[in-house]
This record gives sequence, structure tokens and C-alpha cells, in this order.
Amino acid sequence: MQPPPPHPGERVGESVAAEGRPAGMSRRAAIKLGVVGLVGAAVGAGATSMAARLGRAPKPRWRRLTDAEASLLADICEELIPRDDAPGAADVGAVEYIDLQLCGPFARHRQAYRRGLDSFARTCEEVFRGPFGGLAPADRIRALRLVEQGAAPGALWGDPSQQAFFNLVLAHTMQGFYGSPRHGGNRDYASYRMLGLDYPQLVGQDRRGKARA
Amino acid sequence: MSLKHVNAVVVGAGAGGGVVAKELCEAGLSVVILERGGWVSFETHGADELLNQRTTVLGNAYGPDDRSPRVVEEAPGKWVVVMANDEAYSNNAACVGSGTVSYGAMAWRFMEQDFRLRSIYGTPEGSTLEDWPISYGELEPFYEKAEQEIGVSGDMSKNPFAPPRRRPYPMPAFPYNREGLILEAAARRLHCHPFPIPMLRNSVPYGGRNACVHNRYCCGFACPNNAKNGTHNTVIPRALATGNCELRTRSIASEVMVDDGGFARGVRYFDGDERAQYQTCDLVVLSGGAIETARLLLNSRSHLFPNGAGNRFDWVGRNLQGHAYSGAFGEFEEEIFDDVGPGATIAISDYSHGNAGLRGGAVLCNEFIRPPYSFSGIRPPGSARWGKEHKDYQRRFFKRTVAVLGPVQEMPVFGARVQVDPAVRDHWGIPVARLSGHRHPLDLEVGRFISAQAERWLREAGAFRTWGTLPGLGLSGGQHQAGTCRMGDDPKTSVTNKFGQVHDIENLFISDASLHVNNGGFNPVLTIMALGYWVGSYIGTAFKAGRIK
Repeated sequence: MQPPPPHPGERVGESVAAEGRPAGMSRRAAIKLGVVGLVGAAVGAGATSMAARLGRAPKPRWRRLTDAEASLLADICEELIPRDDAPGAADVGAVEYIDLQLCGPFARHRQAYRRGLDSFARTCEEVFRGPFGGLAPADRIRALRLVEQGAAPGALWGDPSQQAFFNLVLAHTMQGFYGSPRHGGNRDYASYRMLGLDYPQLVGQDRRGKARA
Repeated sequence: MSLKHVNAVVVGAGAGGGVVAKELCEAGLSVVILERGGWVSFETHGADELLNQRTTVLGNAYGPDDRSPRVVEEAPGKWVVVMANDEAYSNNAACVGSGTVSYGAMAWRFMEQDFRLRSIYGTPEGSTLEDWPISYGELEPFYEKAEQEIGVSGDMSKNPFAPPRRRPYPMPAFPYNREGLILEAAARRLHCHPFPIPMLRNSVPYGGRNACVHNRYCCGFACPNNAKNGTHNTVIPRALATGNCELRTRSIASEVMVDDGGFARGVRYFDGDERAQYQTCDLVVLSGGAIETARLLLNSRSHLFPNGAGNRFDWVGRNLQGHAYSGAFGEFEEEIFDDVGPGATIAISDYSHGNAGLRGGAVLCNEFIRPPYSFSGIRPPGSARWGKEHKDYQRRFFKRTVAVLGPVQEMPVFGARVQVDPAVRDHWGIPVARLSGHRHPLDLEVGRFISAQAERWLREAGAFRTWGTLPGLGLSGGQHQAGTCRMGDDPKTSVTNKFGQVHDIENLFISDASLHVNNGGFNPVLTIMALGYWVGSYIGTAFKAGRIK
């Protein structure tokens, strides 16, 4: 998966740091490094080894989520909007979108994500005897349906309720796939291209006379 | 340091406040406008489909923000705090121009019948339905003034149900988009009377500003081309140009001071640096919208009005209403989406009144463009909410779905109300509004009828599948919030007289949708503007004659 694009105004350093940008390095240098990192990745040497060569531990990739939470969330996103001949939600940055918003407008949902993802992981272990990511495709859908319908073992769920958690993740995944790319999701306008919409629309372009019966 | 005394303080620079301020300034009064937000433009958030004034999942593009919470009754006895971008908040906006910056800009006049609903239909049980103390005929010149001064494009010649008018619109109507063309032919086949939606938007250059270029980002956004007409780019600049007006942004009004003689003496507020200020004046006009105006009155307790200014008979904050939006979606085989903004172009008013056995109705219009995220929540009943099937639907139907919706009049309910919360305060320490109550069951009955007409229209237009959308029976309000300080002749059953003058406080006025006795079967903004001219005209004349001291 590609690293998330930098987001104007908010902690640009951290998203670039996924490729190992040491503290104090200029943004231009980091961008160059990023290019090297990507090329490196293409020939098998990943960003992590780049960081290792620089002698610094890589900063965490995620702002709010743990690696395990982000990985589980990506698997859930992939089921909610799966990849087919067009990218799926996880491909275009839905997790990056959620992680970024948890630092801002979604700060009030931090606890719901932390507890909800934990409850969901334990639901999969208890009902399907394995982690969500390791389940057969049909069981993954079954697990999500269970939670969507509030039919998972109640003892594993508190606040948020299983349905509240499902609806939260569903809404945020849709936003991360179909919403404006500036917030970390819908990378490269992927969903707009899928729908055949011209994006970004040229603001000020005169669209009069386009109506034809 | 005390502020220089002025003739009038207007609280709120939205549809009502902007108009009334301009009228008072032109009448020669010195005016201070207190607006809680600031100036905004398209550049504030750009074409953001998750952060605008219609889709607010990442916040309200044009305010307010988390510093201004409210409390709502989620279930009987269960009060919850909601933030300004939550749907239950019933937000409009907080900026210069308020909702008129980002609205869809439909420019409806209410019909003659809308001012006489009780006389025509009778008051149903459980409702406080009443006639307005003014008639359509009295308000007509002020509708005209709003259309001419603020700027409306339209043509009512094809709508036989339109109320009488003396002058045509100042700008020609907008052409139909592809949806509109298909729906027009279908409506004629159904013997209905389609016509172009009148819009507070320039079809040709007007008022020194551009013509609309039909971009996608209109409803929910400030116009990138300055072709949409709100108070922020028409009457407020004109008020400022008189030299009689001072607009203070980021100013949070907290209390109207009423003395022991029953006169308003000034307004307490917090300025942009959060300093407490007191602006004295000869008269006060409240234009904060139906929720904030009621809240301010209820927070203005005095010796004479211990339950809030103008609230002697417990009518302040009552009858909160909006519209019981009802309609339908239809799926088509061919692509209909033409990306010609803003999307809503065509209406029929055949079902506004005279529906057998029903009280009122609604105008039916095709909808504004639904961006992809908004569309992801639009599905026929029983459809997949996620997964491959959901994605396939998005791909197949994003450009093949048409929506027709109507703002059904609501029967006012006394228990649908704004109070001030006893415990929760906002960032400035002011008790917040708390909302409770529900719609009248009859609204749903009319909604079902309107929805059925919408489905019929869509099927005639070629939809191979349709499904209706109906309002819930929870509390109404939202951007069309109205009714909380009803005008009337009887001080025991209303808050102001027919000029928006609060009963018992002769120098305190209201000029916003709070005054609406009912909210019509139309988007309400042009009526709010017309009332602004009506109230402003009365104040200007009365003040100069020495009748308001």
C-alpha cells in the first residue's frame, strides 16, 4: 500500500515520515527521499530499510490507530467497499482518512474505535475461531452482518453497541472512498473516476448549454 | 469603556437581519449589527463534499462550531448534548449572510392560502394552527421589493396556482437541465403545470454581479462566481454604504436588557476578543433564526419578564417547525445526470393546496445535485448498505437516479419547542437552547400523498422503479426552522404583533422566521426577506414619527 499523501496544514511531517524522514530534515529533502524510497520499494528495498540505513527508528505510520487496529480496519473497509475492476476503500486511503480525522473532527469517536475494534476482533475469535483477516471470504461477510444486525455475543460489546460501531465505520468508510480527496481518502479521485465524473471540476467553467434532452 | 449609543441594534446578519438593517439605515437610523460569525467565501472551504453547509460530517463550513452546542430530547426525559454539525442540532449557519450564503436559493412566495390555513382547513386536534395576522396582499409589495433588490430569476406565467403579482421577476427564468426537460414533458402528460423554479440567483448579470455558470457546487456552498444572491452580497453592503451601519462580526449576543418600564435598553454581547460589551440603543431587532432568537429572549430575564422577554404567556420558543420533506426517487435506464449545476430547475404547484381530505400540501421540485458520498446513502428499501452490491449500485445509478421532493407544511405543535437548558452552557457561558417535541401526525398523512404524486411523476417520466421518502415524526426544525415567536393580534396566543413588535415591549422587534405563523409549503427564505422589508418599513416610519422612543 502506498504511503498516505501529505495533508496541507496538519502534521505534514508525520505522513512523510512514514518513509523515514528524520526530525529537522527539510520537506524538500524528505520529498526527494520519498521518491528514492518508492524506487527502492520497487526493487525490493522498502522504506523501513531506508530508515534503518539512516540509523533512526521509523515513526509510527498512523496518527491515532495502532498498527493492529489499522490492519483490522483495512480488512473491514475492504469488505464494505471491495476491490473489483475499480479500487476498493482500503486501496484509496479510507483508513488514512479515518486515522487523520480521529485527530480532528472524529476525536469524539476515538474511544468508539478503540473499544469497537477490540470487541470486533474478539467477536471473530469467539464466533469464527480466528482473526478477521484470516477468515474465509464468506465468514468475513457473516461476521460483519452479525455485528450490523446486533447479533454478536452481547457480552463482548458495551459502549459502543455493535450496531453503533458498524454504522460508524460504514459511514466513515463511505466518506473515505466517495468524499473529497483532500481529507486523506479517495486517493487520485479513484471513486470519481469510477463514476465517470470529471474531477476536479473546473470552478468557474461555464456549464450553461450542457442540458440536452 | 462604554460604546456609543445608536438608534438600533440588529442581532444576526442573515436573511431577516440583513434586510431590516438596510431598511433602517436607509431610513436614517444609526445601526449596529451583531453577527456571531464572520465573512466567508467559497475559498473558505472550497468544493469540499464532506465539509460544507449541507454535508457536515467534518464540520459546518460556515458555522457554528463546537463552541455552540445544543441539547435535544432524544427520547422522553433523555437529554443529550449535540454538536453544531450533528443533524439533530437543527443548524442553519453562523456567518455574514447566514444561510443565504450557502442556500439552494429557491425564491418562493407563500400562496394566499398559506396565510389563512385555519380559515380554510380548520385547526386539527393537537395543533395550534392559526391564520396570519397579515394577508398575502399586504405582504405582496414586500415580496416584490425582495425580488427586485436582492435579485430573483423566474417566470410564473406557466404556474396557474401562483399568487397574484404586480411586477415580473427582474431576471428571466433559468432553463431546465436534462432532468427538468424529461420531467416537464411528463408533468404535461399528467395534466400538471410545470414551471421553472424561481431562484435568488442571477440568470443574467444583475446588481453588478455575474451570471450563474451552473457549477456543481451550489447548494451547501458559497457561490464561487458570486452569482447567488444572499444578504451578504446585496443588502448588507448597501447598509454599510449608507454610512449609518456598523457590522460587528464574531459578536455573541447574550441578553437583551429590559428595564422596569418595559423598554429594551440595549444588548449585552461578547466581542471577537471575548470581552463583555454592552451596546445601548433606542430599539432592538432580533434576527437570529427561530432557535437562537427564542433562546436570546428566554435568556433575557428581567423584573417585568422573569421568564424571558416577551414570554408573559409562555409562547416564546413554542411551535418550532420546519418542513416535513416528502418525495420519491426514481431509477432510469438511460443516463440523466448532466452535471449542470445546481440541479434543481423544475417545479409543480398542483398539489400545494386543494388536495381532497388533506390540509395543505407542498410544491414539488427536482433535487439539487447529490455528490457521490451523499448518494451512497440513497438506496431503494431493502438494498445492500455495503459490499459489492452497494458499489455496483453506485456505479450503475449515480447518473440514472432522479429525486423529486416537496416541503410539506407542518401543522404547528405547541409542545415542539425551544427552551434554555438549566445546566449546559456554551463557550461564552450562555445557557444553550434545548429542543424537544415532535411533528403532528397529519404531516405524515400529507407527506404520503405528496410522495405518491412524486412517484407518479417519476414513473411517467420513465422511471422503471421508484420509491418514496417520508418524514419521521420526530422534532422538526433544521435550516427551515420557524414559528417560535409567532405574530398575532392576541398577546395571549402570540409573541409579537403583525409588525414583529414584541407585545408589551414596544421597542423590541423580531425579523426572522420566528414570526411565521406557519411555514408554507415552500422554502421560506423569500418570505423571511419580505417580512424583513415589512418590519423594517414599519420601524423606519414609526421611529421617525417619534412613536418608538
